[in-house]
Amino acid sequence: MTSKQLASAASITLRLSPQLRYVLRLADTCLIHAQRLGEWCGHGPVLEEDIALTNLSLDLLGQARALLTHAGQIDGQGHDEDSLAFLREERDYLNLTLVEQPMRRGSAHSPGGDFADTIVCNLLLSVWLRLHWAQLVDSCDIELAAIAAKSLKEARYHVEHAAQWAVRLGDGTEESARRMHAALQRAWPYVPEMFADDEADARAAELGQGPRRSALRQAWRAEVGAVLAEAMLTMPADAAWLSTGSQGVHSEHMGFILSELQHLQRAYPGGRW
Amino acid sequence: MSETNAAPQEWPLWEVFVRPKAGLDHKHCGSLHAPDATMALQMAREVYTRRQEGCSIWVVPSAAITANDPGDKDMYFDPMEDKVYRHPTFYKLPDEVDHM
Repeated sequence: MTSKQLASAASITLRLSPQLRYVLRLADTCLIHAQRLGEWCGHGPVLEEDIALTNLSLDLLGQARALLTHAGQIDGQGHDEDSLAFLREERDYLNLTLVEQPMRRGSAHSPGGDFADTIVCNLLLSVWLRLHWAQLVDSCDIELAAIAAKSLKEARYHVEHAAQWAVRLGDGTEESARRMHAALQRAWPYVPEMFADDEADARAAELGQGPRRSALRQAWRAEVGAVLAEAMLTMPADAAWLSTGSQGVHSEHMGFILSELQHLQRAYPGGRW
Repeated sequence: MSETNAAPQEWPLWEVFVRPKAGLDHKHCGSLHAPDATMALQMAREVYTRRQEGCSIWVVPSAAITANDPGDKDMYFDPMEDKVYRHPTFYKLPDEVDHM
């Protein structure tokens, strides 16, 4: 191998330590949610909201970039943010299954894809992320702590944005309430995964890298519950089924998301703007 | 169709004022449609402060602004045209007075 590395479209494989898995879970959740939100670009219900949704997407993409760069450093094989974002196989992405679900375009086989799905997903996720950032500012990993400090401000706004819409739609017209209710039913099966610990959580808590996801559940339920109550919506009951995106085993949507996300880098290796 | 241009179910229009930095005035920078004041503020943040244009935002319902009739412009403003003595341009300023 020459010292000058040629751009390649071949998949990369990371050395998945618990510490790396913890960072990748956050990074990939931000990345895939950003990709889904980006689907609204040019399709928002009103111009102002079109801009708002893409602004949220760009905040999340910025968080994903910082986290992926950091993940590449932890991995130690010289992979940069782009390699991590574009050149992994589906099973090596560790995002929550929730963020793969349709938020704009649904089909007969994949219900959802309503503005209400976007608001519900944004609400559930932004509170989850904000609770992470609020604790990660004290992480023993100073890079992660710095990313958290920046992301915390953004996540606070994301919660505010989602909550304002949730209240207006939930407590709006009969139709908007019906759609919010349906979106909540569609999203809720993916909620248990948000708080189901694995070895990465155990190790993170032990090292002081960050909180276990299960430790955030109570605060999350209180906050999301308060918004839903104001929105005149009922919090659905948790199902026993556990989705497994953060273990690398994804829903049927993930392949489609990645084919769109990865296409350019796979077709034109090393392609830049 | 009503006599006004707005369709009856359209969100009301809001005027947006942004203060670029502390100490300066809020400046009118545009308008937008929003269902209520809180959402108008949120949308103004998205639309008008994406490039760090401001540190404070006001939104005002456009309907709350009373404006003069553009047709009365002659009557309103032209009479001031020949009253140059209202401009303090005849005073000689001492050198110590800066920034006038």
